[in-house]
Amino acid sequence: MIFTLKIWRQKNATDKGGLVTYKIGDVSPDSSFLEMLDQLNQQLVGKGEDPVAFDHDCREGICGACGLYINGRPHGPLKGTTTCQLHMRAFRDGETIYIEPWRSEAFPIVRDLIVDRSAFDKIIQAGGYISVNSGGMPDANTIPVPKPNADSAFDAAACIGCGACVAACPNASPMLFVGAKISHLALLPQGRIEAARRVQKMVAAMDTLGFGNCSNAYACQAECPKEISVANIARMNREFLAAKMFAEKEKNVGFTL
Amino acid sequence: MIKLNANAPNAPLADQWDAYKASCKLVNPNNKRKLDIIVVGTGLAGASAAATLGQLGYNVKSFCYQDTPRRAHSIAAQGGINAAKNYQNDGDNVYRLFYDTIKGGDYRSRESNVYRLASISPEIIDICVAQGVPFAREYGGLLANRSFGGAQVSRTFYARGQTGQQLLIGAYSAMSRQIAEGRVKLYSRRDVLDIVIVDGKARGVIARNLVTGEIERHSAHAVVLATGGYGNVFYLSTNAMGSNVTPAWSAYKKGALFANPCFTQIHPTCIPVHGEFQSKLTLMSESLRNDGRIWVPKEMEDAELIRQKKLRPEQIHESKRDYYLERRYPAFGNLVPRDVASRAAKERCDAGYGVSTSGRAVYLDFSAAIERLGRSEISARYGNLFQMYQRIVDDNPYRTPMMIYPAVHYTMGGLWVDYELMTTVPGLYSIGECNFSDHGANRLGASALMQGLADGYFILPYTISGYLSSEINTPPIATTLPEFHHAAREVSDRLARLKETNGKESVDHFHRHLGKIMWEYCGMSRNEAGLTKALGLIAALKQEFASGVKIPGGLKEYNPELEKAWRVQDFIELGDLMVRDALLRKESCGGHFREEYQTPDHEALRNDDEFAFVAAWEHKGRDAAPDMHREELRFETVKPSQRSYK
Repeated sequence: MIFTLKIWRQKNATDKGGLVTYKIGDVSPDSSFLEMLDQLNQQLVGKGEDPVAFDHDCREGICGACGLYINGRPHGPLKGTTTCQLHMRAFRDGETIYIEPWRSEAFPIVRDLIVDRSAFDKIIQAGGYISVNSGGMPDANTIPVPKPNADSAFDAAACIGCGACVAACPNASPMLFVGAKISHLALLPQGRIEAARRVQKMVAAMDTLGFGNCSNAYACQAECPKEISVANIARMNREFLAAKMFAEKEKNVGFTL
Repeated sequence: MIKLNANAPNAPLADQWDAYKASCKLVNPNNKRKLDIIVVGTGLAGASAAATLGQLGYNVKSFCYQDTPRRAHSIAAQGGINAAKNYQNDGDNVYRLFYDTIKGGDYRSRESNVYRLASISPEIIDICVAQGVPFAREYGGLLANRSFGGAQVSRTFYARGQTGQQLLIGAYSAMSRQIAEGRVKLYSRRDVLDIVIVDGKARGVIARNLVTGEIERHSAHAVVLATGGYGNVFYLSTNAMGSNVTPAWSAYKKGALFANPCFTQIHPTCIPVHGEFQSKLTLMSESLRNDGRIWVPKEMEDAELIRQKKLRPEQIHESKRDYYLERRYPAFGNLVPRDVASRAAKERCDAGYGVSTSGRAVYLDFSAAIERLGRSEISARYGNLFQMYQRIVDDNPYRTPMMIYPAVHYTMGGLWVDYELMTTVPGLYSIGECNFSDHGANRLGASALMQGLADGYFILPYTISGYLSSEINTPPIATTLPEFHHAAREVSDRLARLKETNGKESVDHFHRHLGKIMWEYCGMSRNEAGLTKALGLIAALKQEFASGVKIPGGLKEYNPELEKAWRVQDFIELGDLMVRDALLRKESCGGHFREEYQTPDHEALRNDDEFAFVAAWEHKGRDAAPDMHREELRFETVKPSQRSYK
């Protein structure tokens, strides 16, 4: 197969950047999208040019490192598929493909197709965990969890933190990511105790990191490579509202959250 | 002369760990906050160690090459984690898990370490559940278990086919909590390129900031390497693209011994190689063998027609299928350990019964299981794996059997460590896949996640206090010491030399070439002639690389080609050591099959009289041959016997 590639090139965070056109031939339909980029990079290195920088690691669709706009869509045309699991058979021979980095104020560009997603880590650090020390735990089976809850928690926890939800959202909102995290922990008995505190802290972090808010476009769900449901956003909103009411009550009895 | 002593406590095996904990030195909380610890790597071992050390009160500096610690390669583990909980009441206990692990490793691991691993395993599940890891559950709300290759009990805990991801998120979130509390400082997008030794002790690292290219110096009272395995020496493997040997290799060059480097695990259930530009191999969880039946056609003509795509596997009648694992190993059947399953697949393909166009694949068939359990049950158990397979191969495994073939997966060799997980360099520790101690010559399924978390949550945090208790009067280590200057200079010089080589070939060209040599001559089956040949080929490749590599871009910028070049240079040197190690080991054991040493029915033939030892290699300088030191393995509790799964 042959393709014309229009790829965003940008040397560093301060460089202006722009689309550059490349031609590539002899691409196997069984190549993954990233293997096609490897092939292009081999050509560029051969000519002494800088290869295209892109984030990738496991290439099994689980580490969440990869992620590109492909023809304007995060992770490309296939539903529920990461860029590394997208294969060239999903494209027409001779097609022109636009390849760009995630665009969001909270994800500044590092180089070419690589962005800085450490804002996600900051949201987790704000409270996306259960506060437990490693030591002196009760036996695991003393905390029974209804199977439907465990399954739903797993569905939410399947988020790979790639940032496609932010990239897809017209407001660059991370609420699918945050909602997934909130749901994962809120659905489990061990996470319940801190739930009110957690949602308030994570939402506060989200607000200060330059992300936008959810306006129910649902593009995040449509483009999520792990098909995380927007129901998680609803759960997060419910948790948030409940936490605020709870906080009022607690203030009356002298607690602070 | 280095004398290798594992320093296992002098007590009966089952009491050793308790005896150790009862007598090891402690560091009081006021002193802990004066001590700095560097942890390199943020997978299950590194993240759990950083989280726990932070929680204890030490100052932890955590390094990873990814943009965030939540992406370490542990995240890709699919199948599960073992623990001797006996929740299924099928007779499991600590001794049995210990026994299976020793036997599975073909009696080349250390009894004391393995027993401790088995005895800690139940606690790992407790901490993970407390953290909110969403393990599979029964309808009664209790934890579910399944069985895994090499075991006859159901002791494997799992979270669909994404157990590694869920466990890593647990460790990552525990670590994030410590980052928020200021106990752990995170350095992401850093390559650790050298270990700094001051007065014989590990005192810091030299790191390259991958975004700016800046060479940084970081100091600590102790350094912990949790950098995973080196399977990428084979170019094609199931490892993440960035997995590398560099920090461990730097440690080796600074005096740490590298043990059993040739012990590579070949995983039997991976998606076969399809083409020239392929960058990696994808593993299909071993759990698939619980319900999938492995076969090839009985008739050579049928195999030929399948390869020519003139016949579909569904069209081959049951009586014309050779379920070779069930035939050869009736007791374990499709659940034989990984090395046995891998060799059997290769044997069938070599004999001409392979089923992909390349002839390098066998079938993993779910039709009987779908008939027995229903499609929805199979989908609940393995849905995401089936989906992944379909995406890559463009074929529906619910209808057509999967094609699988063995691929390089896990490395059992690594830095030599004693019972405390300390290398031969004082203050330098190695945990998880980065060390050698627990898996012998072959790793059983679901034991890697167990080891990573045991080392990080429950072993290192105790053992490191013994060393640090004698460091409480050492002030923070200054990075202006001459040793730091010297190491930073060497790193900068080597980077500059790489950049200035200005040859003709890309880094990947050399990496692919190395991979072919390693797979062909030092892969799942080896012989003396091939290994000897490989030594010459690797030496030549090393020369070609030194003058022929071409790296565009600058030193002081984001430069992925430069990153790869350093790693591949290290892999070439490591390849040489692996081949030397394989040459020396004149026996077949675990995943390591020396063709000269086999039983009449072509099973691996171990030689306990001469090779029941750990081969630990010492670096003797750039152009000198390494020295081999032996740690004799003593099996006092389990008597080595011929492994049989029949």
